[in-house]
Amino acid sequence: MEPIYLDHAATTPMSNEVIDAMLPVYKDTFGNPSSVHSFGRKARQHLDAARRVMAKSIHANEKEIIYTSGGTEADNLALIGTALANRHKGNHIITTVQEHHAVLHTAEFLGKQGFDVTYLPVDVNGKVDVNDLQAALSDETILVSIMYVNNETGVIQPIKAIGELLKDHQAYFHTDAVQAYGLIDIDVKAMHIDLLSVSSHKINGPKGIGFLYAEEHVKMNPLQFGGEQERKRRAGTENIVSVVGFQKAVELAMEHRAERVKTYQHYKQLFLDELTNHGVEYQVNGERSEQIASIVNISFPGANVEQMLTNFDLDGIAASSGSACTAGSVEPSHVLTAMFGENNPCTTNSIRFSFGIFNTTENVMEAAERVAKIIKRLI
Amino acid sequence: MKDNKDIRVVVGMSGGVDSSVAALLLKEQGYDVVGIFMKNWDDTDEFGVCTATEDFDDVVRVCNQLDIPYYSVNFEKEYWDKVFTYFLAEYKAGRTPNPDVMCNKEIKFKAFLDHALSLGADYLATGHYAQVREVDGHTQMLRGVDDNKDQTYFLNQLSEDVLSKVMFPLGHMPKTKVREIAKEAGLVTATKKDSTGICFIGERNFKQFLSEYLPAQPGEMQTLDGIVKGKHDGLMYYTIGQRQGLGIGGEGDPWFVVGKNLKENILYVEQGYSNDYLYSNALIATDINWINEAAIKESFSCTAKFRYRQKDSDVKVTLLDGGRVRVDFVNPERAITPGQAVVFYDGDVCLGGATIDEIIKQENKLQYVG
Repeated sequence: MEPIYLDHAATTPMSNEVIDAMLPVYKDTFGNPSSVHSFGRKARQHLDAARRVMAKSIHANEKEIIYTSGGTEADNLALIGTALANRHKGNHIITTVQEHHAVLHTAEFLGKQGFDVTYLPVDVNGKVDVNDLQAALSDETILVSIMYVNNETGVIQPIKAIGELLKDHQAYFHTDAVQAYGLIDIDVKAMHIDLLSVSSHKINGPKGIGFLYAEEHVKMNPLQFGGEQERKRRAGTENIVSVVGFQKAVELAMEHRAERVKTYQHYKQLFLDELTNHGVEYQVNGERSEQIASIVNISFPGANVEQMLTNFDLDGIAASSGSACTAGSVEPSHVLTAMFGENNPCTTNSIRFSFGIFNTTENVMEAAERVAKIIKRLI
Repeated sequence: MKDNKDIRVVVGMSGGVDSSVAALLLKEQGYDVVGIFMKNWDDTDEFGVCTATEDFDDVVRVCNQLDIPYYSVNFEKEYWDKVFTYFLAEYKAGRTPNPDVMCNKEIKFKAFLDHALSLGADYLATGHYAQVREVDGHTQMLRGVDDNKDQTYFLNQLSEDVLSKVMFPLGHMPKTKVREIAKEAGLVTATKKDSTGICFIGERNFKQFLSEYLPAQPGEMQTLDGIVKGKHDGLMYYTIGQRQGLGIGGEGDPWFVVGKNLKENILYVEQGYSNDYLYSNALIATDINWINEAAIKESFSCTAKFRYRQKDSDVKVTLLDGGRVRVDFVNPERAITPGQAVVFYDGDVCLGGATIDEIIKQENKLQYVG
């Protein structure tokens, strides 16, 4: 059975154009961009060209883009880097209970280092309430980190309103935009975002590369030391080939954004309609109208995650869940727990399906049919 | 006949060498092999480390090397309800339970088998040392050829119906051969130590483990004539025939546990390995399971094991009502222990087994546990 990939929120296949852009760089450009000779300059040109593209994609200036090894490193650098550099201004950090672990575990680490961390709740629709943020803010707050789009539910957070609220506050505003970037038009200046994390492999670029946007005046310590790369904020020889691939992925994402959003909306509706047509009982977690096009999180009453995912995989459906189930332990999804409360069945019976460039109307329908068959067999 | 490639076999993989080689052999025979790791017990320590994580990691490595899919499944709740609850109840009753027998009956070959079948499996395979064979339309279970590793004792509660859906790829080979195959294939588990003891206790101190779940009630150690010989830490910590840990010194032969009086919380001890009171002539067992029930007569002679790895003894079996059975020994047996399994064999064929309940000496019930 031909496997069908519906897990694009975990990672995406690289676009052919991305691979085509990278291949010649492997062959022709090996120089170290920090070198003073022609080999180095050639590499540096790639870095700079890509940086301009990335900056433009979020309406930033090119000096504000820091290449990282991916979203996780960008989140770590944003949180730990600014927390350490701004401790003299206060000791308070605000984030949410539904962040990706790259932010959540970093915040917990900072908590152990003596920072006072507030974790904002989310409502049953998966959304943070700006009033809660306002109430939590104090003169001690130095950083607010709230994700743009939740990776499990796809629910878009009120980033604009948060930026508005924070624009006159000393606290920096960081947002993990890993799931938003490429499908949502992001203007960091208009939205008063100080720090923003992006990952390449979520938008059909190569793995191992991402960037952190850090507004020009943001004070931030580096997390790794060595050479003076990335204006001393991220030491280490740059990954030129991946940067070039990432650049191509960004260009494609910007060019095709509107059309991708439309296509994925169509896939999502089609998928849900097919489940309904097959008589499957389900409910969508999170507010439909405020979800990103590519992600849908579905609760199947009476089923359990482990059994569903095993059956899906054996029948060629690749999907995932926020409930970690490795080594036989099912940890309920922290995101769905935040929305529905502990021990709610949704936290252990929900599956995330996420669409991408290699899906087609046909394989989405086929996938829905296979899923429906399995669910009906299990329940 | 289906091709092997169209026969799906789910292998229960523990991260040990036996199940690794079981999967390897099935893969080599061309089956559609799926590896599944089962988690029955949460042993996460104070540092958040649990051995299941490391064992699963080994399963992942082996399965990737064999190029078979792998998954995990959690039966902690089922294990607690069906195995651990029984385990505690038996200790509370002063008996010596066999959680492995119960785990095979209720978890591995019930909950896990159901799970495997729900995944479209035709068979469930494990790394047990036992064999199944079909004779005249009936499925029989035979001892593993490695006499030292034979695990039919623990599998005595399986039914013919269950066994017809089971494969034991290691049953026909010695353990040394299994290690050899693993080594030759370069499996990461080739030299991994075999797990010992009861799975959920592992290497931990048994006494301490038990005391976390059952309150210990210390009391007196007495001879059968009522002479006080010392103190015991709680009857549940002792088993019939036990010598170690009594702390009675002095002249003469070593001391052994010969009985328990639950009502008065007394542990009976007597001197000498061959103490008369340790020997009995018959037992009554409950929860009898016959693998091929139709072949069983009202009364017959066969061999039996009263504990794992013991040599077979000649016995005469008589069926009683209520799933009970009386077993008369041809020669007196030492230290028959209530709560343990008695398992019957006809040559290499395992006939089934039951749980030892009462022990009889010259038609008197011994107060092994009373």
